[in-house]
Amino acid sequence: MKRFVPFIIVGAVALLTASGAGLLYRAKRQVPQVIAPGREQPNGVSGHSLGPVDARVTLEEYGDYQCPPCGAMAEPLRQMVRDFPALRLIFRNYPLAMHQRADVAARAAEAAGLQNRFWEMHDLLFKEQGEWTKAPDVQKLFSAYAAMLRLDVDRFEKDMVSGTVTNRIRADQSRAAKVGATNTPSFFLNDRAIPASALGEKNLRAAVEVAVKGKPPN
Amino acid sequence: MESSPDTSTPAAASRLNVILHVLTAVIALGGLAEATYLSVLFFTGETAVCGGSSGCFQVLGSVYAHIGGMPVAAFGALAYFGVFTFATFAASGYPKARRLLVLTVGAMFLFTLWLLGVQAFLLHSFCRYCLISAALVFLLTGLTVAAPPSAASR
Repeated sequence: MKRFVPFIIVGAVALLTASGAGLLYRAKRQVPQVIAPGREQPNGVSGHSLGPVDARVTLEEYGDYQCPPCGAMAEPLRQMVRDFPALRLIFRNYPLAMHQRADVAARAAEAAGLQNRFWEMHDLLFKEQGEWTKAPDVQKLFSAYAAMLRLDVDRFEKDMVSGTVTNRIRADQSRAAKVGATNTPSFFLNDRAIPASALGEKNLRAAVEVAVKGKPPN
Repeated sequence: MESSPDTSTPAAASRLNVILHVLTAVIALGGLAEATYLSVLFFTGETAVCGGSSGCFQVLGSVYAHIGGMPVAAFGALAYFGVFTFATFAASGYPKARRLLVLTVGAMFLFTLWLLGVQAFLLHSFCRYCLISAALVFLLTGLTVAAPPSAASR
C-alpha cells in the first residue's frame, strides 16, 4: 500500500490543479462587453457605448485619459451601467492639449476598439493612469497593454497612427466643440449638459437615478 | 561552531533526504500555484494581475512571455509539477526520481537565468511574479544540491 502513496499524492495534486485552473478560468473569463454599435449617432460621429441602444437615459461623457477626475469617475460610471439597465453610457474622446499623453492614450483605446476591445483598454488606461503617464516609453507600455489584452499587437500599433483612428478622435473633438464641452470630464444627460457644480460621483449618480425613474433631473 | 547534518550513516542520510525532498515538493507546489494562476490569466486576457506595475505589463506583455502561443508560465507550471512529482517519489524511496529531479531543476535553473537576463538586459523591466518564481527556483536548486544522493543511486 505504501508504494502507492506517492501516486495518490501526485494524482490528487494534478486533479486539484486542473480543477482550480478551470474554476479560475471560468471566473476570470472576459465576457464580451455589452457594446451597442457606436456609429448610430445621427451625425455619424463614432462613440463607444455601454448599455442598450434604445435606453431611455443616455449619459454622454467627454473624457481625457490623462485627466485624474475622469479616471476617478471610470469605475463609478461602470457601476451605474450595471445598476441601471435603462442607462446607456457613451464615451467620447476629448484629449486636452495640456495633457501631453492624452492623445496617444485616446489612440490606444480607439486602436483597441478596432479589435473590439475598446472598453477593456479604456478601463485599463484609467486604472493604470498613474503608471503610463510617467512611463519613459509610453508607446512600448501601450503595446504591452495590447498584448496583455490579447490583441494583435502589430495591427494595434499600425492602427494607433492610422487615419481611421485620427478621424474618430477628431470627430469626437468636433462634436465636443459643437455641444459646448470645454472641460474633462463633461457630461450630458439626455443631451442636457450637467453643470460642473453638479459633477462628482454622488451628484451624477443622483441625477442619473432621477432620469431613470422618469423625473427631470435637477 | 556550525554543525552540519550527520549524513555519515545511511539512516541519517535517508532521513535528511526525505526532509529535503518533502521541502522541495512543498516549494514546488507554491511555484505550481503561481505559474498556473499566471497561465490561466494569460488565456483570459485579465490585466488586473499586473495592476500598478508597468514593469509587470512590459514583461508579461512582451514577446518573451509566450512561446508558440503558449505562455511561458504554462511551461513553468509543467516544470513545477514535474519537480513536485519527482520530489514526492524521491522522498518515497524511488531512486530514479532523484535523477529526474536533478535534471528538471537544473533545466529550470538555466531557464530562470535566461529569463532574468531578458528582463535585465532586453526589457529593462522586472515582473514581480517572475522574481518570485526565480527565488523559488533558486531555493529548489539549493535543496536539490544539498540533498545527498540516496544509497540506491550512489
